Amino acid sequence: MLNIISMTVNGKEVEVAVDERESLLETLRNRLHLTSVKKGCEVGECGACTVLVDGEAVDSCIYLTMCAKGKHILTVEGLKGEDGELSPIQKAFIEEAAVQCGFCTPGLIMSAVEIVGTGKRYSREELRKLISGHLCRCTGYENILNAMERIVEETYRVTNR
Amino acid sequence: MYDFKQMYLPYSIEEALELLEENKGAEIISGGTDVLIKMREGKLEDATLINIHEIKELKGIHMEEDGTIVIGAGTVFSHITNNEIIQTYIPMLGEAVDEVGGPQIRNMGTIGGNICNGVTSADSASSLFVFNAIMELRSKRGTRYVPMDQWYVGAGQTVREQDELLVSIRIAKKEYEKFYGHYIKYGKRNAMEIATLGCAVAVKLSEDKETIEELRVAFGVAGPTPLRCPNLEELAAGMGLNERVVTIIGKGVLAEVNPRSSWRASKEFRLQLIEEMSKRAFRKAVTLAGGEIHA
Repeated sequence: MLNIISMTVNGKEVEVAVDERESLLETLRNRLHLTSVKKGCEVGECGACTVLVDGEAVDSCIYLTMCAKGKHILTVEGLKGEDGELSPIQKAFIEEAAVQCGFCTPGLIMSAVEIVGTGKRYSREELRKLISGHLCRCTGYENILNAMERIVEETYRVTNR
Repeated sequence: MYDFKQMYLPYSIEEALELLEENKGAEIISGGTDVLIKMREGKLEDATLINIHEIKELKGIHMEEDGTIVIGAGTVFSHITNNEIIQTYIPMLGEAVDEVGGPQIRNMGTIGGNICNGVTSADSASSLFVFNAIMELRSKRGTRYVPMDQWYVGAGQTVREQDELLVSIRIAKKEYEKFYGHYIKYGKRNAMEIATLGCAVAVKLSEDKETIEELRVAFGVAGPTPLRCPNLEELAAGMGLNERVVTIIGKGVLAEVNPRSSWRASKEFRLQLIEEMSKRAFRKAVTLAGGEIHA
């Protein structure tokens, strides 16, 4: 049986009919066609499906859509600027060559949004822990950490100018 | 799509208790980080779920007038770690739950779920044990309070009855005041790992910081359930701070644990971890308490 729920996805209020057994991952990909959200392990270990729910990074594969009712969901699609330009976080990933196959990238970017959003400064060691819920099989994480460090530092400098 | 029969999504404790009474055999789901994984493994099919995720009354941490710290069962790990009350009075618990899974899991998993699934590897359990936490269980029949040492009945089993809901976890002031503690988790990797062994040690030192007034030691995965070491704790009370006592603690805990071999680690390795980790956690706890271990 389908239930109609409303939630805010990437700033827009949407009403969507969902099965109560459906994960947020499935709703975002299959019903709302937000395919930046990747389906990886489906048991909350790889982080490819990471999205923000009310500003907090969660694995959408183990988040039931019914629990997203009334909440704010943010995916990579929602980071796009007015003229379609990339966000500073995305730019940092590109400039630091933090992307290879790209499968883990949307999830990592969403975690970066949460991390950068705190406005705090983090050491490389702390950043390592903060991205430990993501698996990347290409990069060896070094460039990802470079991008993270860069964007955290840039944001810190801008907000504390 | 998950394989379950139906799900109720109550918005209040009262509503949840009614559902629990009406649906015998229903499974409670909160953060979902355990239950949904089990479901992916093909377990719990045809389950009726009572999803307590949206019950606001179950979330948050506050202090009562007498200094009792009350942690809502639905509070997620990251909120515990970042909470000011926890950071000020029982930092060990905040640090322990910061070892669970990874960041996203810690934004989802709840302390109530960690305790109610009854597993021995629960990262929060050893700290809660050390602080003699009390579980507040509620049902249509009423409320009862269960101390941590009576909570577990066996591997994966707690005293929680089918119609009961864990509402909060309470830690009285006398159980944390002047106690300094440290939790060590040993796992094969740093993140996204279930503890091979967990060890929490807390000490209360004398005024001059030269003797142990009270020692508390708890382990996870050192037996079928999380456990304390009451005999050693009694023995250590009143002892001075020196290397001999560190050895007594390391050896003493071995008599009170019962680890087994699993694919993660052998019994022998676990025993070695138990000895070494209890010593390290003790040293750190003493340092935090402002004491010094003499040669």
